[in-house]
Amino acid sequence: MSKVDTSKARPQPSVVEEVDRLVVVPRRNYGIWIGTAFTLVLSYFILRAFAVNPAFGWETAAGYLFHPSIMSGLMTTLVLTVVIMFLAIIIGTIVAVMRVSPSPVLRSFAGAYVWFFRGVPALIQLIFWFNLALLVREFSLTLPFVGEIFSIRTNDFMTPFFSAVVALSLCEAGYMAEIIRAGIKSVPTGQSEAASALGMPYRNILKRIVLPQAMRFVVPPTGNEAINLLKLTSLVTFIAVDDLFYSAQSIYARTFETIPLLIVVAVWYLAVVSIMSVGQHFLERHFGRSETRSQSLTTRFLRNAFGTRAKGAAT
Amino acid sequence: MSNTPSENRARFGVPEDSMVFARGVRKSFGTLDVLKGVDIDVPKGSVACIIGPSGSGKSTFLRCINHLEKLTGGILLVDGAFVGYDLRKDRLYEVKDNELCQRRAEIGMLFQSFNLFSHMTVMENLIEAPVHVRRVPVEQAKSEALELLARVGLSEKVDSYPRELSGGQQQRVAIARAMAMKPKVLLFDEPTSALDPELVGEVLQVMRDLAETGMTMVVVTHEIGFAREIGDQLIFMDGGVIVEEGNPREMIANPQSPRTKEFLSKVL
Repeated sequence: MSKVDTSKARPQPSVVEEVDRLVVVPRRNYGIWIGTAFTLVLSYFILRAFAVNPAFGWETAAGYLFHPSIMSGLMTTLVLTVVIMFLAIIIGTIVAVMRVSPSPVLRSFAGAYVWFFRGVPALIQLIFWFNLALLVREFSLTLPFVGEIFSIRTNDFMTPFFSAVVALSLCEAGYMAEIIRAGIKSVPTGQSEAASALGMPYRNILKRIVLPQAMRFVVPPTGNEAINLLKLTSLVTFIAVDDLFYSAQSIYARTFETIPLLIVVAVWYLAVVSIMSVGQHFLERHFGRSETRSQSLTTRFLRNAFGTRAKGAAT
Repeated sequence: MSNTPSENRARFGVPEDSMVFARGVRKSFGTLDVLKGVDIDVPKGSVACIIGPSGSGKSTFLRCINHLEKLTGGILLVDGAFVGYDLRKDRLYEVKDNELCQRRAEIGMLFQSFNLFSHMTVMENLIEAPVHVRRVPVEQAKSEALELLARVGLSEKVDSYPRELSGGQQQRVAIARAMAMKPKVLLFDEPTSALDPELVGEVLQVMRDLAETGMTMVVVTHEIGFAREIGDQLIFMDGGVIVEEGNPREMIANPQSPRTKEFLSKVL
């Protein structure tokens, strides 16, 4: 049949009424109901345990929250995190660029670096650097004919803080190198090819074309790394750096208020992590801006706020 | 000093008006021979179109011209000079990275996938190489970029990101970006193959305009109509060799080789 009979295809008034009377009944999902009930009951017990058990010592915890030595410990933790992350990004970028270099020697060296520093537990690296004096007694620079320029005993500069910075930077750089390498690999080869065809030299292509585009893939995992690192710095307690955790420990070692002080430490870590998550969100928005059309207003605003060249400068 | 056009002309018999001159160009990837001895002459101001099935080596040949791929054998001269080498006596010395970049900057290249820098606006794309490779002052580069954008009809897109443009617009920006380096020759690697059929026309129109200004162009393409209309020379490649070449209109109307005949019957 070539023609459709339109009078038959159109629904009759009575059919419309029939259709309107239909009601959708949602499917009952009993599993969800049981799960919800169970979770509510569990939450009640957990909250009650926290509220009722006097051993938590909430008042004591609140009293210590802004204790001067806790504050200075928090400061040390933040400084450690920022300094280590900064160094780790620089070392990690260098190692990552080595890993994608045309030279097999550079590639293998970078590969070995990542293998070693990611493979050995951070705590062991930390204690190793702290005890460097057992391996090397002093560092000295001696030139032929001129004689000794300077000499320094390892113990004099390998302070706990310095050991912590060296150990954790090198360790974290191993992780950062892998993140940045993945970012570099994620930039389509056509981008560097087009740059080559325009006559841009290799280091310029890396600096101006590949790395800025890699940032978009690098920022989210780097945020996670920074959050992990913040918590990882609590390991420096083992070599007596007076960070947040160490300060709390030295208080409860005297007063035996162990649980309240652990709560203080947990509260501060949670607070900093929350702030960092918000910061990470904005960084992601900033580096993802050429990806999305809908954000063009935000884009323009950020471009004006950070200057047109801000994106290349962020490594 | 060597590798001067005049010396090379005398030694290899390069015609006076030659822009791209290839003799016995071979290229292998491991055991795979992609180019098996290609000879090409593209005179200044002319348009050479290369057609052929995929895997015939036409894109590889194009990438050899600006030394994105190193030759396995043969010679390839652009405007009478080697791109990646300096010739002294019988030795071809690979040139330093900076020198290679300066020579490459004179050879523009367009890609099937446009390859605009996706983190930069159209303006930033256009001034990147002039400012950082040629050391042109930023203001001058910007005003030249605006002129070029007007020529490709995209003045209003100056602050857009590549993602915000259609494929045809992206390719026109890419052409403007290549032109910003004032190249001697433009290489097109299937410039319209990734475009929706309705966008092909605007890119071909820009290329037509370029050809009219006397720009030397080597175009790898599947647009037989474009080759017939604009091309001064049509080259049909298959299996790493040139099967047939000649005047596009005569060759399309009356192909000599049965292989050319078969290919043209499929694409026309």
